[in-house]
Amino acid sequence: MRSDRILLAHGSGGTMMKELIEEVFVAEFGDESLKRMDDAAALDLPAGRLAFSTDTYVVSPLVFPGGDIGRLAVCGTVNDVATSGARPLYLSVGFILEEGLPVEDLRSILVSMREAAAEAGVRIVTGDTKVVERGHGDGVYINTAGVGALPEGVDLSGSHCRPGDVVLLSGTLGDHGIAVISTREGLSFSTDIRSDAAPLNHLVAAVLAAAPDVRCFRDPTRGGLASTLNELASASGVSITVEERDVPVHDQVRGACEMLGYDVFQVANEGKMVAVVPAGQAEAALAAMRDAPYGQDAAIVGAVAESPAGKVYVRTAFGATRIMDMLVGEQLPRIC
Amino acid sequence: MCLAIPAQLVSEPNEIQMVEVDILGVRRHISTMMAPAAKKGDHVLVHAGFAIQIVDEEFAAESLQMLRQMGIKTAEDLEAEAAELEAAEDAADEVPTP
Amino acid sequence: MSDLSSGFRDPEIARGLVDAIRETAQSPCTLMEVCGTHTMAIAKHGLRGLMPDTITLLSGPGCPVCVTANADIDLAIEIARQPGVVLATFGDMMKVPGSYSSLSAEKADGRDVRVVYSPLDSLSIAEREPEKHVVFLGVGFETTSPNVALTIREAARRALPNWSALSLHKTVPGALRALVNDPEVRVTGFILPGHVSTIIGLEPYRFLAEEYGIPSVITGFEPVDVLQGVWMLSQQLAEGRAEVEIAYGRGVSAEGNPTAVAAMEEAFAPVDAEWRGIGVIPGTGLALRPEFARYDARARVPVTPPAPREIKGCQCGDVLRGVLLPFHCRLFGRGCTPEHPVGPCMVSSEGSCAAYYRYTDYGKD
Repeated sequence: MRSDRILLAHGSGGTMMKELIEEVFVAEFGDESLKRMDDAAALDLPAGRLAFSTDTYVVSPLVFPGGDIGRLAVCGTVNDVATSGARPLYLSVGFILEEGLPVEDLRSILVSMREAAAEAGVRIVTGDTKVVERGHGDGVYINTAGVGALPEGVDLSGSHCRPGDVVLLSGTLGDHGIAVISTREGLSFSTDIRSDAAPLNHLVAAVLAAAPDVRCFRDPTRGGLASTLNELASASGVSITVEERDVPVHDQVRGACEMLGYDVFQVANEGKMVAVVPAGQAEAALAAMRDAPYGQDAAIVGAVAESPAGKVYVRTAFGATRIMDMLVGEQLPRIC
Repeated sequence: MCLAIPAQLVSEPNEIQMVEVDILGVRRHISTMMAPAAKKGDHVLVHAGFAIQIVDEEFAAESLQMLRQMGIKTAEDLEAEAAELEAAEDAADEVPTP
Repeated sequence: MSDLSSGFRDPEIARGLVDAIRETAQSPCTLMEVCGTHTMAIAKHGLRGLMPDTITLLSGPGCPVCVTANADIDLAIEIARQPGVVLATFGDMMKVPGSYSSLSAEKADGRDVRVVYSPLDSLSIAEREPEKHVVFLGVGFETTSPNVALTIREAARRALPNWSALSLHKTVPGALRALVNDPEVRVTGFILPGHVSTIIGLEPYRFLAEEYGIPSVITGFEPVDVLQGVWMLSQQLAEGRAEVEIAYGRGVSAEGNPTAVAAMEEAFAPVDAEWRGIGVIPGTGLALRPEFARYDARARVPVTPPAPREIKGCQCGDVLRGVLLPFHCRLFGRGCTPEHPVGPCMVSSEGSCAAYYRYTDYGKD
């Protein structure tokens, strides 16, 4: 690359774009399928059904404690595919780059993506890039789509939760949201909290093996645990009650939430998994989760009941019960 | 609009009365202009980036002590109460009818 | 530290207090909290459900966001619309609807509205961006106004040419007097705001007990604090006493914080203020004193907002006076929800309608 900045010409389809793809994208990702430089990747697929998911990533700042937009873009889609019970196999990546982005910054994002993909055991097999004028993007936007192989007989859905089921959470809440917000202008505070962005497909596979009747997996990303559980309660027509004292939360996340007036149940996570399992398989599922990567802090946090349908409650430490409400609009720090 | 939370001073305030505080491990700079006596190690109530008061820790400990003693019946208390009640009933039974 | 944060959330102590309250509160009473943070604490910890049937907990005009008049929000919005202006605000104000718009809608339209955690952070913006004029939107009661007063003093010390404050600050005791003078309002005890009292102390509330015979207890915000406040009120009621007491001694002394009060008085002078739902209450607003005119946004960024418009059907005013429970408002949950708020009590995170809507099943199917 002769230029150390991304220029509009890098998206023009000409020689500079070719240079960017060959010397940056293909060089960093290194996948055989990418090296062929064909318009489409031709891939082997195991028998059975496909799981297919896509997500687009926008984050400011691009690099935050514990990760960057690249790690997020790979882990997020890997986790979305994994929630179906599928084994994620291939990813596509689409980039929208802002004119003026330092090429070194782009490279380091690609390295994160390569490493996260290797950790998850998925291949990045096809991609695309566009460049927008300076001022028309926050440096980099990334879209990833992923496919995975879904074994016969696996049918997980948020509508499968039944009264008597148990809710498992794979670890501490709120780490990603707090790590990102700690860097924002006007709110600056320092913590040791790092984003939890991580691929959880191995954890999901381990739980599925230990608890074959698991109802569903969900990753509580934007909107946090509150949104996830409200979606499940509503899809299954059941009620869910969470025991506040059983939910693992780092002290520093608690501190930041108190300072900013946030509800930790509404803070985003990027490396946590919720699993709903029949009570009889709860202990096996919990043990499998705790033995899996990124699951050491897993806990049983709640239970499913028949009614009132669609409602999610929190039992506070005093035995009082309140609604676990969903985030309305964007999360704003408050002093009230 | 009065969210104020306890935080501990981790250094002495500087010449413009700014200081770093710790809130459950989270660090932030705040102003001690309103609590000029605050020094390293003190807990203060922080509201919107200002210490508005030094927390009276001795008072806090005493009130907790008072509240703990007040209402809580331990298992032992309950047993003792039950025993007392029983003894009273026995005594009542033993009162000879005139 | 462990006791400071966890001791006042100790469920054992809470249970003891709940038992004591049940024993003491034999006759019906209506206790009003006048601090939105209490509204939130009661809702978030589910304390309402722990009260005996004899105790009704009401929320009064304690959310500064909620009591801010439409015309004042319109003024802030009009200032944000001026070219070159950065409006810095607490996050609480972003979604509050004025007559025609809200700050978050203005931001979406391209106005430069930024959320800060501390007013001091707005000074840093002014220093970093000297070509802009930064207006800090000062909202809040006595807990917050000294912070803004000291920020004004700090702006003067740094001789910042491009920073000013729009004071919409209000003071609490005068509003309490207006409330108890309102024949529709029936309150048998006040849960007084802990952190406002940290600043002003106990004296300014004396009239509640002495002139009106209403027991009043300055109360903190952890669950144990709130329960202790309720317990002390029920004791006063049971014993037929009316006094102003402190249930939050670790954070409030009888004399308050004189440094903070002096700072507030240095920067601000009392003016009449319009409270949503209550009307104009003499002497309960705070305006920048003339000697600080160069830091007064009203002088630095003079604007004329459009005539304010009342929100049709909204009963926030009655809710704020504790005359109407949120879920009895005809709009509650029907056309007025946190997603699509009609009135400020539903939008502010500490508004009593929002607290009811978010944390309870009242008024929903």
